[in-house]
Amino acid sequence: MAEQVVMTEPVAVEREFQTVDMNINMGPQHPSTHGVFRMVLTVDGEVVKDVIPYIGYLHRGAEKLSESLDYRGSLGFQDRTDYLAAFCNEWVHVNATERLAGIEAPERAEYVRLILSELNRVLSHLMFAGAFGTDVGFFGTAFTWAFKERELIQDYFEAVTGDRMMYNYFRVGGLAWEPHETFVEDGHWLVERLRAGVEDLDALMTRNEIMIARCRDVGLLSAEDAVNHGVTGPMLRASGVAFDLRVDEPYSIYDRFEWDIPVGDRGDVYDRFLVRMEEMRQSLRIVEQALDQMPTSGPVVAEGLPTRLRPAPAEIYQRQEGPRGEYGIYMVSDGSDKPWRMKVRSPCFHNLSALKQMTIGSYIADAVIILGSVDIVLGEVDR
Amino acid sequence: MPDAIVLSEFAGIGMPDWVDALIRLVFIVALMTLNTLALIYLERKVLARFQARVGPTRTGPVGILQSAADALKLLTKEDVRPHSADRWVFELAVFFVFVPVFLMFIPIPFTETWFIRDLELGFLYVFAVLGLNIVGVIMAGWGSDNKYALLGGIRAAAQAISYELPMLLAAAGVVMIAAGHLLDAGLVGGALNLNTIVDQQRTTPYILLQPLGFVIFMIGALAEMHRPPFDMPVAESEVVGGYFVEYSGIRWSMFFLAEYTGLFLMVMLGSTVFLGGWNFPFGADAGLGWQIVLTLAKASAMIFVLFWLRAMFPRLRIDQLMAFSWKVLLPFALLQVLANGIILAYGGPDWVVGLVSLALLVSLVALIYVLVRAKAGGDSIHLEPARPRLVTSTEVASGD
Repeated sequence: MAEQVVMTEPVAVEREFQTVDMNINMGPQHPSTHGVFRMVLTVDGEVVKDVIPYIGYLHRGAEKLSESLDYRGSLGFQDRTDYLAAFCNEWVHVNATERLAGIEAPERAEYVRLILSELNRVLSHLMFAGAFGTDVGFFGTAFTWAFKERELIQDYFEAVTGDRMMYNYFRVGGLAWEPHETFVEDGHWLVERLRAGVEDLDALMTRNEIMIARCRDVGLLSAEDAVNHGVTGPMLRASGVAFDLRVDEPYSIYDRFEWDIPVGDRGDVYDRFLVRMEEMRQSLRIVEQALDQMPTSGPVVAEGLPTRLRPAPAEIYQRQEGPRGEYGIYMVSDGSDKPWRMKVRSPCFHNLSALKQMTIGSYIADAVIILGSVDIVLGEVDR
Repeated sequence: MPDAIVLSEFAGIGMPDWVDALIRLVFIVALMTLNTLALIYLERKVLARFQARVGPTRTGPVGILQSAADALKLLTKEDVRPHSADRWVFELAVFFVFVPVFLMFIPIPFTETWFIRDLELGFLYVFAVLGLNIVGVIMAGWGSDNKYALLGGIRAAAQAISYELPMLLAAAGVVMIAAGHLLDAGLVGGALNLNTIVDQQRTTPYILLQPLGFVIFMIGALAEMHRPPFDMPVAESEVVGGYFVEYSGIRWSMFFLAEYTGLFLMVMLGSTVFLGGWNFPFGADAGLGWQIVLTLAKASAMIFVLFWLRAMFPRLRIDQLMAFSWKVLLPFALLQVLANGIILAYGGPDWVVGLVSLALLVSLVALIYVLVRAKAGGDSIHLEPARPRLVTSTEVASGD
């Protein structure tokens, strides 16, 4: 027999006020996901409790396509993976092929490659500063100011290569053609202009009170976590690890220049921003020294290159410091004129893996700037 | 003060009240529309200059017809309503935003004699009506059945509630002073009449007596009108337009109309309460023509500052925004009211009021500065923003 409950007075039922978490779909067509990136945020009011990133919207199969083209022919794909660091990627590709085939590029070509790649790094970081400014909420001012400077670099690249974004200028064993006559003078002028431009951006953004309030202690990533996630580049350095392939695994002629590596000590969004701003200045330092040292005459292509490259069967992994981190190409040759396998190690893909850890517990507005501080280029994540 | 000239007397024809009222309403609507078109064009041009661009140039000479063309485009666009939207809430929201802004026009004095109605409690009325438009914003956010819109609507509500308080208190300081002056002149009451407040500023604009009040008022106005750096409810990079997100065509343009008219009214209110409205500063009498020029010039100057802020500042985060209002602005506004009360009760002169307010303003700025620098520097004691540690490349290579 069930006990009979006699209710003499209304019983107050204690019930906790229930709230429901909300899923917000950000992207792939959201203005601040920097391309076609999608993340599903689980939010409790304004606080992010979970984030699930989705990638792959921009997958074009560049790696697989490279297997059906010869070593020189697949160079163009490198322009299109990370379209903001085309020279840096091209350089990795030609370096990998050169090592595989035992070719050495002439010194002058190395200088031109280095100058263009470092300027490309500045271009990419400028683009970061502009886009990040928009994420933080500058109504386009940071963006246009950064683009104003980026435009100058693009003009310079256009003068050298004839193209503004997809240069396809480096060649296995050197360069496609001589840089234009005023390469060095234009370069010096450009460096001076960019220095002023970087200081302008710095004055607009770095010391802004709201900027500091927004970015300090947001999206923290400890050095240990950064290493465990395979994070590289400015993001890793902002977390306090002074790791830069240009010095830790020196390639090309980087040992001839003097410059510093900016390293953050907190690993928050603001540090990542500061590190990139400083890297622009350091890159300009390198470019200036390279322009001074560059031999005035000499060949830009190695002599006696074979018409068809058929490297002996071997495998190689070439990694270099791109604007976003370690950009590596793994190539396997089977003796034919096409790579048997070509794999790209993309820095953004690995950097992005730390997103979840950094974002959980922050606000929706923070999620936007944390993603911005990763500085993703979806073309390179998805390839 | 001369009697107000009603519009019907301009034509020299006596007309019944309702015709007169109708003419005035048409006048407001025309002013709202033209003002919005002009403001959008000017904002685009001014922002463009800040951003190293030129802005619109193609439509008409120096792009002056750009807003008109945009308006035409919006009017002819399809009025889309999402399938799952709450129909009446969604459609009526526009009017709940639009009408309060429309009503705010009534007591604003353009000149000594030009206003829609000379309301005795105009000051209170403006703030009361202003609070109403948040209903429409929440309706838009809720009725759209869109998560971004909901977030935007809730943000807007929280923001409006938080910032109306310090804003009202800041402006109340002015009313206290005006009431004191009126009492000295042997009048009781009338200090809530906007036109009287302007009239009281013939010698000294109240910005000099209440600098802190002016700053808090402007910050509140920015937040109230969702202008950067307080534009979280409509933040493009976070909630993609907030409660506007599902609106299109004519409804969207009505939101914009309300937004820009609100902006204009806020600066008109600011110029009335703090900058002396239709007066020349410091004494000289202004004729009717000069009065309208002065009012609009003061309003324009303030609008320019708002555009400038938009170009130069990122936006705050929602919790920082709320904290700033409740923990910083509100205490300071209360302090100013308290200080005014004490000084006026003991019959202190005007310059003491101004000096105390200025001191409070300086301490407000100092407080913000110190707080932010502390955040930037962390444990470090110097106030420079933290720079990354520099490791020379040779150091790293040798063994790190």
